[in-house]
Amino acid sequence: MGRAKLPRKSTNIDMTAMCDVAFLLLSFFILTTKFKPAEAIAVTQPNSVSSQVAPEKDFVLITIDKDGKVFLTMDDEQKKEVVANALNSTQNLGLNVAAFKKSGFFGAPFTSLASFLSIPEEQRKGDKLPGISVKDTANNELVTWMRLIKDAYMGQKEPAILLKGDNAAKFPAFKAVVDAFKKNDILKFQMVTTPKGVPEGTELYKQAMRGVKREE
Amino acid sequence: MAEMDTSSGGGHKKGPGVKKGKKLSTRVDLTPMVDLGFLLITFFIFTTTMSQPTAMKLFLPKDADKPEDQNKAKQSGVITILLGKDNHVFYYEGELDNAASNFKSSSFKDIRTVLLDKKARTPEKDLVVILKPSSQSTYRNVVDILDEMTINVLKRYALVDISEVEEKLVAASDGNVTASN
Repeated sequence: MGRAKLPRKSTNIDMTAMCDVAFLLLSFFILTTKFKPAEAIAVTQPNSVSSQVAPEKDFVLITIDKDGKVFLTMDDEQKKEVVANALNSTQNLGLNVAAFKKSGFFGAPFTSLASFLSIPEEQRKGDKLPGISVKDTANNELVTWMRLIKDAYMGQKEPAILLKGDNAAKFPAFKAVVDAFKKNDILKFQMVTTPKGVPEGTELYKQAMRGVKREE
Repeated sequence: MAEMDTSSGGGHKKGPGVKKGKKLSTRVDLTPMVDLGFLLITFFIFTTTMSQPTAMKLFLPKDADKPEDQNKAKQSGVITILLGKDNHVFYYEGELDNAASNFKSSSFKDIRTVLLDKKARTPEKDLVVILKPSSQSTYRNVVDILDEMTINVLKRYALVDISEVEEKLVAASDGNVTASN
């Protein structure tokens, strides 16, 4: 009995095309990726429908962590030097200006700021630091900080004031920061958030569908 | 594609006695390379941060020293939202009466309907939303409620300090809400 022989087909697949695609995607992701810098202060930020991208330079960032501790970050080294000198002359802190310039963020009351700067950078972790003292309304140190920063930027383009808070931070900490802004007549600031989609069916959604541009 | 044409072109015959070199396949197995490629892709997809953080702008009103400098809002157009502990939301319309009978409890889910209802009932120029976060509310609550203003296109709103009476009322109601849950 002769059986019809089926031609044997090779199970080898040509992988070249797949390999091409894989490496194309790979190069795309390598090129677009931007590694998150290791954050010394752990903050989970809230979501908002805001679509404006937060500025990446010329900013003064106030961070509130989950325990309500306040930290300050500046990106302009020249301005930091001005602030350090002003702190030294007005508060007699005896700060190391070079260390102050290099420090990524500040998170200590004035009294212990000099010792804060002597801690090596990589050991400065948000959860172990006291933060800038803001709790005491009569002696809110952030008011002084903001005043000095404002003076440092005097006559120039104002920096973007950013506020980055943790989801779990309690309102009094936020209020203390806002009060410090208000006392220095800083009435505009931006809150850093993670973007989220506009909920369907809401008025903003309808506006967006109609193509109305949002006021920011 | 991955192989090269190794067959000798045409019927070019080699002379007698010339030994044919063994034809080696140039076909390379690309599977491990593809595996590696996709492994790296997955790694980069997971570590990449595509979405940049956004910023929402907030304009603060300047503190008016004298009471007569303060903005007056029509009582009928005012809705006050209070934020309590554990994401609780309370609201009242107009002024809080003595028995706190117009003090109502809500949640972040339901507050949108409340706001839209109020918006539909009030002429646009009178509508003012007052936000009063209590000391027990979190930063997230504040951002959420401000976001709610954007979502519902409410132009006039203000972040105001909570009064002592309201703070107490919120604290008391917080307990009730927790008990009923």
